[in-house]
Amino acid sequence: MVLEEVEREFSLGKKDAADGIPTYYCPGENLFPLMEKLKKDFEVLLDITAVDYLGKKEKRFEVVYHLLSLSGKMRVRVKVEVGEGEKIATLSSLWKNANWLEREVYDMFGIEFEGHPDLRRILLYPEFEGHPLRKDYPLKKSQPRIKLLRPERK
Amino acid sequence: MKGENFVTTTVESLIGWARKYSIFQYPFVTACCGMEYMAAAASHFDIDRFGAGLTRFTPRQADVLFVVGTISHKLAPVLRRVYEQMTEPKWVVAFGTCTVTGGLYDNYATVQGIDAIIPVDIYIPGCPPRPETVLDALIKLQEKIRKEKQKWSLRK
Ligand code: SF4
Repeated sequence: MVLEEVEREFSLGKKDAADGIPTYYCPGENLFPLMEKLKKDFEVLLDITAVDYLGKKEKRFEVVYHLLSLSGKMRVRVKVEVGEGEKIATLSSLWKNANWLEREVYDMFGIEFEGHPDLRRILLYPEFEGHPLRKDYPLKKSQPRIKLLRPERK
Repeated sequence: MKGENFVTTTVESLIGWARKYSIFQYPFVTACCGMEYMAAAASHFDIDRFGAGLTRFTPRQADVLFVVGTISHKLAPVLRRVYEQMTEPKWVVAFGTCTVTGGLYDNYATVQGIDAIIPVDIYIPGCPPRPETVLDALIKLQEKIRKEKQKWSLRK
């Protein structure tokens, strides 16, 4: 499998998560070459998401990639720590679906992907300010697009 | 007038009676409540028994707007536009807890009750409401339509 190979090449330490999926932490600059290698066996990019560890970790965000290998019948998880204002490489040239998944991460967390062809909001409307899944975004702060009949019911 | 069969009524109540049994509805379905809306509309519960079986898929032909499912702030301008496109007389039914109060989505994305966007005539609680509740609401709406001051005119 390609896993042992990349472990050696990028000197990654494997962590077994509670759900049994092998998990790797990868420094941001190695992300693209690592994913390029992993793609040989892990053909499917299942999901890209992020976690905000505001005040808990030195680097605020963790971007999480889930890959699936159809031939090897297994999954792998790659995590990259990203500080506020830092950029991270886009995978949209490797997997087409990374385009929209990265736009979602950008929409919700404000993490920017370097080299992304079309980094716009995907779920929220363009005039929305801020990124709602950040821990410092107020839980109930809505941003209505039209004048409400009852402004107190935002 | 012996032997004649006739009824006297006012134009007002005649129109009310006619409107009550000819509800053309526009379903604005966005979420899980839609399944229950379909159940109420299908043969088992048969919303057609109450004269509300004809669904119009353009707001310009409809007179009751069924708002079924969660309405987000992103969608709010669309819902208001649909309401504005409907011709008078028109009524609005808020179908399900999400449309009544925002339901369990008490967050940045969801409108906390669609009466913040458009006026609502009948509220149906439940997540999702049972079809019986929908029919009950429909009967209440018919009662409201019958009793209210009818807007009509002979002028073209
Ligand atoms: S009220 Fe419940 S069933 Fe209806 S749309 Fe909301 S969450 Fe779904």
